[in-house]
Amino acid sequence: MALITVSSPHAHGPMSTATVMRLVLLATLPGVFALTYFFGFGTLTNILFAALLALGMEAAILKIRKRPIGFYLNDGSALVTAILLGIALPPASPWWILAVGILFSIVFAKHLYGGMGYNPFNPAMVGYVVLLISFPVQMTSWVAPIGNFDGSVLGPIDALVRTFSASSVDAVTAATPLDVLKQNNSLLIEDLWASNSQFGSLAGVGWEWANVGFLLGGLFLLYKRVFTWHAPISMLIALTLLSAIFYDGGSSASGGSPMFHLFSGATMLGAFFIVTDPVTSAVSNKGRIIYGACIGVLIYLIRVWGNYPDAVAFSVLLMNFAAPLLDHYTQPRTYGHKKKTLQKETD
Amino acid sequence: MRKIFDIHGGVHPPENKVQSLSRGIESAGIPPVLVHPLSQHIGAPATPIVEVGQRVLKGQMIADAKGFVSAPVHASSSGTVSTIEHREIPHPSGLLARCIVIDTDGKDEWIELDPVEDYTALEKADLLHRIRDAGIAGMGGAGFPSAVKLSTRDDVVIDTLIINGTECEPYITADDILMRERADQIIAGVKILQHLIQPTKQTLIGVEDNKPEGIAALRAAAEGSNIEVVVFPTKYPSGGEKQLIQILTGREVPSGGLPADIGVVCQNIGTTVAIHRAVQYGEPLISRITTVTGEACSAPGNFEVLLGTPVDYLLKLGGFQQDQCIRLVMGGPMMGFTLRDTAVPVVKTTNCLLAPTQKELPPPPPAQACIRCGMCAEACPVSLLPQQMYWFARGKEYEKLEEHNLFDCIECGACSYACPSNIPLVQYYRASKAEIRKQQQEKVKSEHAKARFEARQIRIEREEAEKEARRKARQEAAKKKAAAGKDPIKAAQAKAAPAADPAQAAIEKAMAKRSGNAPEETNEEKLARLKKAVETAEKRLESATAKLKEAEAADAPNLGALQTAHERMTEKFAKAKEELQQFEQASTEAPSTGDPAADAIARAQAARAKNADKSPREKAEEQVASLEKRLSKSEQKLAEAKESGSETAEVLEQSTAKLRDKLDAARAELAQLSESEAPVAAAASTNDPAQLAIEKAMAAREAAAKLSPEDKAKKALESLEARVEKTRTKLAEAEESGADTVDVLRDTLAKLEDKLAEARKEAGVEG
Repeated sequence: MALITVSSPHAHGPMSTATVMRLVLLATLPGVFALTYFFGFGTLTNILFAALLALGMEAAILKIRKRPIGFYLNDGSALVTAILLGIALPPASPWWILAVGILFSIVFAKHLYGGMGYNPFNPAMVGYVVLLISFPVQMTSWVAPIGNFDGSVLGPIDALVRTFSASSVDAVTAATPLDVLKQNNSLLIEDLWASNSQFGSLAGVGWEWANVGFLLGGLFLLYKRVFTWHAPISMLIALTLLSAIFYDGGSSASGGSPMFHLFSGATMLGAFFIVTDPVTSAVSNKGRIIYGACIGVLIYLIRVWGNYPDAVAFSVLLMNFAAPLLDHYTQPRTYGHKKKTLQKETD
Repeated sequence: MRKIFDIHGGVHPPENKVQSLSRGIESAGIPPVLVHPLSQHIGAPATPIVEVGQRVLKGQMIADAKGFVSAPVHASSSGTVSTIEHREIPHPSGLLARCIVIDTDGKDEWIELDPVEDYTALEKADLLHRIRDAGIAGMGGAGFPSAVKLSTRDDVVIDTLIINGTECEPYITADDILMRERADQIIAGVKILQHLIQPTKQTLIGVEDNKPEGIAALRAAAEGSNIEVVVFPTKYPSGGEKQLIQILTGREVPSGGLPADIGVVCQNIGTTVAIHRAVQYGEPLISRITTVTGEACSAPGNFEVLLGTPVDYLLKLGGFQQDQCIRLVMGGPMMGFTLRDTAVPVVKTTNCLLAPTQKELPPPPPAQACIRCGMCAEACPVSLLPQQMYWFARGKEYEKLEEHNLFDCIECGACSYACPSNIPLVQYYRASKAEIRKQQQEKVKSEHAKARFEARQIRIEREEAEKEARRKARQEAAKKKAAAGKDPIKAAQAKAAPAADPAQAAIEKAMAKRSGNAPEETNEEKLARLKKAVETAEKRLESATAKLKEAEAADAPNLGALQTAHERMTEKFAKAKEELQQFEQASTEAPSTGDPAADAIARAQAARAKNADKSPREKAEEQVASLEKRLSKSEQKLAEAKESGSETAEVLEQSTAKLRDKLDAARAELAQLSESEAPVAAAASTNDPAQLAIEKAMAAREAAAKLSPEDKAKKALESLEARVEKTRTKLAEAEESGADTVDVLRDTLAKLEDKLAEARKEAGVEG
């Protein structure tokens, strides 16, 4: 056999992009399980159809772009985008909502910017925000959690019917806890808690467990060194600090307790699955700390004083803009250099 | 407990060290052929000091160090030098380099050695000299000449001596086995280094914690000394010199600096043993421990190998199965390089031969897109941002790369190892570094060329001006001399003049003129003066002629004197007229600026501009014609002057000689030009009657055909030699006479000499 000439290193680590994506998918399982348990099969139908659409659209756009389809589909990035969008959308969203969301995620936010690795914005969040702005009614009709009203959740058949029927008549929806808190302007937090069945022991019924699930998944990924702690932890700390400062002892003007913010809405999903998206975040560790903290601050600002009840998507997209700038100013100090390399302001 | 510092990043590749540690060190024996590359170290290649066919002994120096950063090479066994030629050497690019090849005789006969009884009695310089003469170069992989590394400046205080026994690369166990089996030699070597360096604070041997047996052996051997064996957690690349220094001392070697800058000297453990053997026994570096391992080797192990042993010979001892291996690595899996050919020799830096199966180290899969995951930045031991650098490298943004400290990259490969997208990051950095270096070299080169060109322009201008100034000065001097010759007459005339005042004035004027203090005259004044001089001269000539006629008629006794006076007057008149003419010509050609040098330059430029549209040949012809005219005139004048015994004869003689030289030079130039233009002329003669042209061309071809290229070259050479000789003689003459053709001649001579050298070279190559 002829000897090959290759450049060192000859050994390669066990990690591959496909492995990273598979680990991420695996880590979503606890959260998805909690969502399904509390809100029915709607989340699963979301994920299933989003995944099918994503793979189809990815293959189509790769073909148009004359790229090897199998090679790129294998990296699993489209699947991750689809599953994150599926989780973020209200359970059992109509098929066309999913289609529009995936179209903007995969085709617009990802491939029109050059494909995997080249997209400046988080694809799933672009899809989500496009839907939120375009179809506010569908996007805010979240099904009621278990234990509310008739005490049952959407079964698999119901979810399928809901996905493909023209109207969403037979669905039981309810305002999310973040919604309820936002609308409140007279009750003390304590009273609000007592008068609304959506609230549970930590935050909202179902929501708290979904967040716990994503937290567990996130800690698993951290353990597996898929990402570093810097961005997610700084985001959670910033959110905690702000909510503690403005908790106001639980008055009617209170922004909600730190615990409530940490376990409501998409906090944990955002912290461990969205903020950590490597492509669109800052890359140096210091940059990631700033990046995460800014997202935490923005989430709180928008949740409490903005127009939308939840804000992870907006915050992440806003900070995506800032990531290259953060990278520019947070270059680490290289070995043997006295100070970190000062960048020329004009370049 | 000593504080251990951590380095940033690092990776934990599978160690795979046990395979080669099942056996102790084995001798690889004497191969039939030894190949000694002249360059096994960083720095200038050694110079061979043996000849083909010469018998050499084991340990005999066969190539000596050349320059400061260099190392000699020694025969590793006795035998005969069979050839000194270019062969493939162990190098990432499969480089060819000069090697001394020895056919061994199997006798393994040592040269007489020069051991040292007590090295502590030796001077530092002597000790360093011995290390240098032993050909020792860093055996950890870089191959930097050890003596150079140990030659610390006297004003630099070294407080820490570090011995590197880290061996962080997977698979390699050469240092490990050395620690296990030859710990006493290591310690003995360290003591020599201590004596040499005199570390003021500490001597540390750094070892990763995956070598417990080696550590135990070292500790036992170091018992009772002030050498400390420091153990730290295994992590790649802790064994990098800078990394080890950081781990053991917490200090960082400044970017672009040396360990000595922070008071540290670092040496590899294998080098230490080599130094021990060189000093204590006088043995030069002729062998080393090399690990042969990988799954394609059925009997992996560590071998004591004679330097120069071909790799295939050594691989056979390790049970190498060629059919299972597609990638043969010299060095470890992280920083080693692939070999294209198994005929290359083991050299001073060969610590490992790794022959993995395809399954063990599969060929790299195609790279995927970078997802900016930052795992590379996590792995980087020098805190770079590899993924950012990757984008810059792809975009060829070299400035940004340098801003991101590309040149601090130690190419350890940790980033590539960690990259989940299989991007060959290190390769990008290597290529970019090479490209940047190339650009810098080119920049330096072009700047150098520019500076040289500008300097040349300035020099040429200066020389031109100087030449003009000199010429002018000579002219003035000649004029003054001539004027001085006239002076007594003038003075006499002035004295004879009736009025005292005008005479005084005239004397003063003449004196002022002579001393060069005369007020600058304008062109008009000069013109008027010259005209007047012509008039006066004419009048005097007329009166002299009349007087002469009278005297002739009367046959007066003063006839001779009158004749002389007449001749003098004639001459003066001619001179005055000429001066006037010259001046008029000059003032019509170029407006004078008052500065003689500038005037001369302006005139020369004008003349050049006038000549610019003429062909060189035409110009030369013109020049020759004008020179001929001037020469004949000047000769005539000279004859006249000589006849009359005038004092101007000397000046005239000089100027005539000058003119003759000039004419010669012009004729030579013309001849040269005619020569070079001859073929053109022949071709151009098609206007002539056809028959004639054809005949001419055929004649020319025949003449050319008769001359073989050698003959032609010879002829050209001969003619050039003759010309050089002629020019030299002329130059000598000119220099002697101080003629202004000196410069021209010098230039011509230089040009001719260049041509001659070239012609000789050509003739030499052909012959």
